[in-house]
Amino acid sequence: MGQGKIVAGCLAPHPPHLVYAENPPQNEPVAEGGWEQLRWGYERLRASLSHLEYDAIVLLSPHWQTYVGTHFLGLPHFEGLSVDPVFPNLFRYTYDMSVDVDLARAIHDEAEAAGLPVKMMENPDFRVDYGTITTGHLFNPDWDKPLVVISSNRSTAYYSVEVMQEIMVELGKVTRKAIEASGKKVVVLASNSLSHRHFTTESDLPEDMSKEHITSHAMHLWDMRIIEYMRSGQAQRILDEMPEFTEQAIAESDGGGLSWLLSTLDVPDYPAILHGYGTIIGTGNAVVEWPCYAHEEGSQ
Amino acid sequence: MSKGEVVASFVVPVHPHTVLAPDQNAGWRRLRDAYDQAAQTIKDLEADLIIVYSTTWPSIIGHQIQADPNPEWVMVDHDFHDLGSIHYSFNIDQEFAHGWNKANHQRGLQSRCVNYKGFPIDVGSVVALTLLNPDNNIPAVIVSSNMYANRSETTVLAKSCLDMIKAQGRRAVAVTAMSLSNRMFTDFIDPSEDKIHSLKDDEWNRKILEFLEEGRLEDVGQLSRTIHQQIRVQKVVAFKPMWWLSAMNGNRNNLTGKVLAYEPIHGAGGAVVSLDPTPSGAGDKEYDEDDVEHYQGERGVLDTSSADSSPEASTGPATPPSATANPLASPSGQGPALWDPTNAEGSVNTEAAPKPVGAYPHARQVGNMLYLSGVGPRQPGTNAIPGGPIHDVEGQPLDYDVKAQTRAVVANIQRIVEEAGARMDQVVDVTTFLIDMKRDFSGYNEVWAETLGRYGPTRTTLAIDALPTPIAVEMKVIVHLGE
Repeated sequence: MGQGKIVAGCLAPHPPHLVYAENPPQNEPVAEGGWEQLRWGYERLRASLSHLEYDAIVLLSPHWQTYVGTHFLGLPHFEGLSVDPVFPNLFRYTYDMSVDVDLARAIHDEAEAAGLPVKMMENPDFRVDYGTITTGHLFNPDWDKPLVVISSNRSTAYYSVEVMQEIMVELGKVTRKAIEASGKKVVVLASNSLSHRHFTTESDLPEDMSKEHITSHAMHLWDMRIIEYMRSGQAQRILDEMPEFTEQAIAESDGGGLSWLLSTLDVPDYPAILHGYGTIIGTGNAVVEWPCYAHEEGSQ
Repeated sequence: MSKGEVVASFVVPVHPHTVLAPDQNAGWRRLRDAYDQAAQTIKDLEADLIIVYSTTWPSIIGHQIQADPNPEWVMVDHDFHDLGSIHYSFNIDQEFAHGWNKANHQRGLQSRCVNYKGFPIDVGSVVALTLLNPDNNIPAVIVSSNMYANRSETTVLAKSCLDMIKAQGRRAVAVTAMSLSNRMFTDFIDPSEDKIHSLKDDEWNRKILEFLEEGRLEDVGQLSRTIHQQIRVQKVVAFKPMWWLSAMNGNRNNLTGKVLAYEPIHGAGGAVVSLDPTPSGAGDKEYDEDDVEHYQGERGVLDTSSADSSPEASTGPATPPSATANPLASPSGQGPALWDPTNAEGSVNTEAAPKPVGAYPHARQVGNMLYLSGVGPRQPGTNAIPGGPIHDVEGQPLDYDVKAQTRAVVANIQRIVEEAGARMDQVVDVTTFLIDMKRDFSGYNEVWAETLGRYGPTRTTLAIDALPTPIAVEMKVIVHLGE
């Protein structure tokens, strides 16, 4: 086989508030809008990628948390009801998704060969985590592309950000290798927020945007610093500063998604496109695209 | 009816192995047998409520309480999905859940009930209720573990739970679904190779169990932060369950403890421990933390300009000329400053009631009579006025909810009465002051009928020109304490 490639990489956050605010038919609660800056950011991302043809989406979600190795959804189809255990008032979504099991297995096998502990998830009763569902919906509301879903190994908790990053960089490398060997065109998504300090209270109307702001100035400074590195093509500096960012901004990069994404993209030195930034219950969230398609060898 | 009490407490492990694979490892089987033994104890005690505090249900917005009367679903563990699925159908005590939620709010906590079809009940709760209540005969309630909660918040959560247990006269069993050391092996292992992850974790686990076996639950609570640093991996929530369980048992060190089993589950420390409230005779305690009754922590991050949410926002008048005066300014930045209550002989004061606006106690006992100072609706700690103040800082009238204010007055009365060791049905006489009889009598009267009116005290209602703080209703109460 061979000739597979990654056509784009995206940072695509998953707070359920964004789906809630959009009122899609799959979600039961009804909102009066809210968080438009981020939802319009997702719109711009979708428009930016609409000209691309690709076969599958590979997504790493920090809400499928595994402590024993890295796991992959391993059955071709999942459907059911996803209720957010933290914000059940906002997110009760009926999902129906397909999985590219062949590609999932290929990444699994490459990771195993590289010495990483991995497992395929083949229990048909398994309920897909809401982070996957939220990002899956916002990135591709038609759900017409198969997904590869990778769990978030919590090695930050067990060891350190540095060890987590070492593992995730390796996982990124084998992900890219498996994609290239598969002959498929793929978009890779890291589904995480940046700074991740929540409010601990919720306004009576969750979508009351007069109450929304970043939790602290320090969080804002960190978010802008990381975004500026993205916009200026300095992915390596993000990896270099990941320990400080993760600890000081209580960033959701602790789940490894951002490190994995940058590694999968071969640590890009070209600028990313910022499609949107906004806060959700105090956390910082950015919708960002790395347009790999524009930086392939021989492209103009 | 029972007087309302915790008749037993249990520490139980969270992983699904005890349900799905007890025979794959001798230790898992011993844990399962211990679980079954605990279930039999609960049955023998004729408990009528099982309360589960689960460390595998993290929450962000305060605490969440399960209130679906019959949650049904299939639970598959995120890590151990290859062990199989657990079908559950639980019997949740909806009335208790809502009552607890209300009691939380009365004690200043943020919490909410959840009642949604398909809500994903966490693995710890599913395992605990499946094994401790196999026939589903005993109603249960489940509460989350808030990832930002500190000890005072967790303690108050337990106290509001106890409020409800007493109010409903329940024979309750308190359960913490938790691991001791929670460090698992990060690779897949053969079940026969399971052991505690490290010697250090094992030694700490055995020290914790030694304390529990001696009934020294409060000591474990006080060591929680150290235990967390030593043998816990940061998995969303810290080592908080012992704070809750200790408070559920009166922060005591003289329980009667028994370790029913201690075994590894994929490297983590799993134990089934029973804690009988019967005093064991030990009981030495050096209590080094505030025994907080009402949560006063800062939670108002959404809107710091709110009139009553933060001390920093207050710009009230100068401190009164008294060493005992509280430096906090007035409620909503209006009216007189606040004082610490005086403490003459027979005085009854509580942090669960709002600070006085002068030099007087919350109540004073003379013989078998208890006389309460005038009680308004202000909230202890925050000085918020439920239903809103009647005017702004410039004196401009505001719309307010007299029913909400009246309910808050009654709640404050209850806190003071209970601090004196009395009951609401011992209230014999009430004088009510309204600042607008025409506007407010009907709403006030409606709440009266639902609350104090049920106990039958005599009552006098007066219209007056104003009250010292921007409130619409205040009550003067006399209690007969009995012989």
